[in-house]
Amino acid sequence: MREETRTVPVQALLAEVARLKAEGWRLVTLTASELDAERLDLLYHFDRELRLQHLRVAVAKREAAPSISPVFFSAALVENEIQDLFGVRFAGLLLDFGGGLYREPESPAAPFCRCGGPPQETPPAEGGGQTPGGEGCATR
Amino acid sequence: MRHTVIPFGPQHPVLPEPIHLQLTIREERVVEALPALGFVHRGLERLVEARDVPQMIQVVERVCGICSMIHAHCFCMGVEALLGIEAPPRAQVLRVLWSELHRVQSHLLWLGLFADCLGFESLFMQFWRIRERILDLGEATTGNRVIVSVNVIGGVRRDPDAAQLAWVAAEIDRIEEELRRLEPAVLDDPTVRRRTVGKGVLSRDQAWELGAVGPTARASGIAEDMRQTNYAAYGRLYFEPVVETDGDSHARLRVRFRETLASLDLVRRAIRILPAGEVRLKLREPPAPRGEIVVRVEQPRGELLYYLKGSGEKRLDRVRIRTPTFANLPALLAMLPGVSLSDVPVVTLSIDPCISCTER
Repeated sequence: MREETRTVPVQALLAEVARLKAEGWRLVTLTASELDAERLDLLYHFDRELRLQHLRVAVAKREAAPSISPVFFSAALVENEIQDLFGVRFAGLLLDFGGGLYREPESPAAPFCRCGGPPQETPPAEGGGQTPGGEGCATR
Repeated sequence: MRHTVIPFGPQHPVLPEPIHLQLTIREERVVEALPALGFVHRGLERLVEARDVPQMIQVVERVCGICSMIHAHCFCMGVEALLGIEAPPRAQVLRVLWSELHRVQSHLLWLGLFADCLGFESLFMQFWRIRERILDLGEATTGNRVIVSVNVIGGVRRDPDAAQLAWVAAEIDRIEEELRRLEPAVLDDPTVRRRTVGKGVLSRDQAWELGAVGPTARASGIAEDMRQTNYAAYGRLYFEPVVETDGDSHARLRVRFRETLASLDLVRRAIRILPAGEVRLKLREPPAPRGEIVVRVEQPRGELLYYLKGSGEKRLDRVRIRTPTFANLPALLAMLPGVSLSDVPVVTLSIDPCISCTER
């Protein structure tokens, strides 16, 4: 990445985001990408005076990630999108569609996870289910 | 006092795009608005697993027809940066020229739709008549009217000759003259003002807090436009963003109208500085980008962000697209409380929502 990118532990994320907000950084968006069968890479993009900086957090698919929507409400929609597409849950999400922003009960769970999504507490109705693991997951 | 819940969309006469707003109303005024999306989500980002890099250009152009040129421009810039190459100077200026023509046709489309939503049918017809001439310019110089499909990795695939460019410049002058004649009807008409002034106010602080972008943010006093980052050839065109401070629907209308004129001027100046030379690099091998990058450009509706990640293969590992309408939805939810039910369509349309982009 061309801009400053800092890796922060998941426990320190909320404090770090609140600090950036206090310094005048605007939340641009979040990007999720799959690292392997167990973990997701979450990138938080911030802008100040047309300059970008990124925070990187590795989260376990099985565990809920902290929602930053209490700090930046604008994160709520994109966190819901990540819940729908990657299956990971966000704890403390202010506007939580519960995995139903895009998906219907019959939609596949975690459709953007090539290596398989996290276990579902309530499996979707017929037609849905875990995305099967794909080739080369460990390298993604 | 009892509340009433009224559904707005996913099909509405003013906004025939599939977004649903659940409006809680008390005495004809909105108390709360909640969105529902996903009626036509296409999962285009995941097509990256099945398409190589040149094929992905065709995919990203179809995220949204109205700003297809700018999606492809952003994607190609990102891939070129990962490959360590740069499009030739003539291609950079041509990308600006076509991007600004795209912005003009997008804003004219919206100006017509907005006039239509206010019941101003004759103004709707005027804007769309002028828009046809912009599409003609696109067709003559790229071969296509809407999805111009002109970007390639390392440049552009078309090179208009001097006679075509002279015709574009002359046509731009004539179009600007016609638009200036329409300006009083758009901005000063008492009915337009009554329907838009003070409606759906978004303060500067709200716009920043909620991550609003593009004309929606600039109408609330945020002087931020991705073209100020000087990507492509914008650094040579001395670009200044159009900013208003009232934050209401009329301010958003003023920003878009004036941006249309500013874009026509950018096209004219791009033609003036267009250097001679190649328009496309000759790549020896199929592109196989390695690394990750975030690229941002200014779409007609605001900041567009692409995140690209590659591992040196012919297919990228991840493409993430954050479109401006997605960023402006939280701001829309903040504009609606307090608005009269009859003004909801006007305020909603004032952010120029593109659900095609949102449901990428």
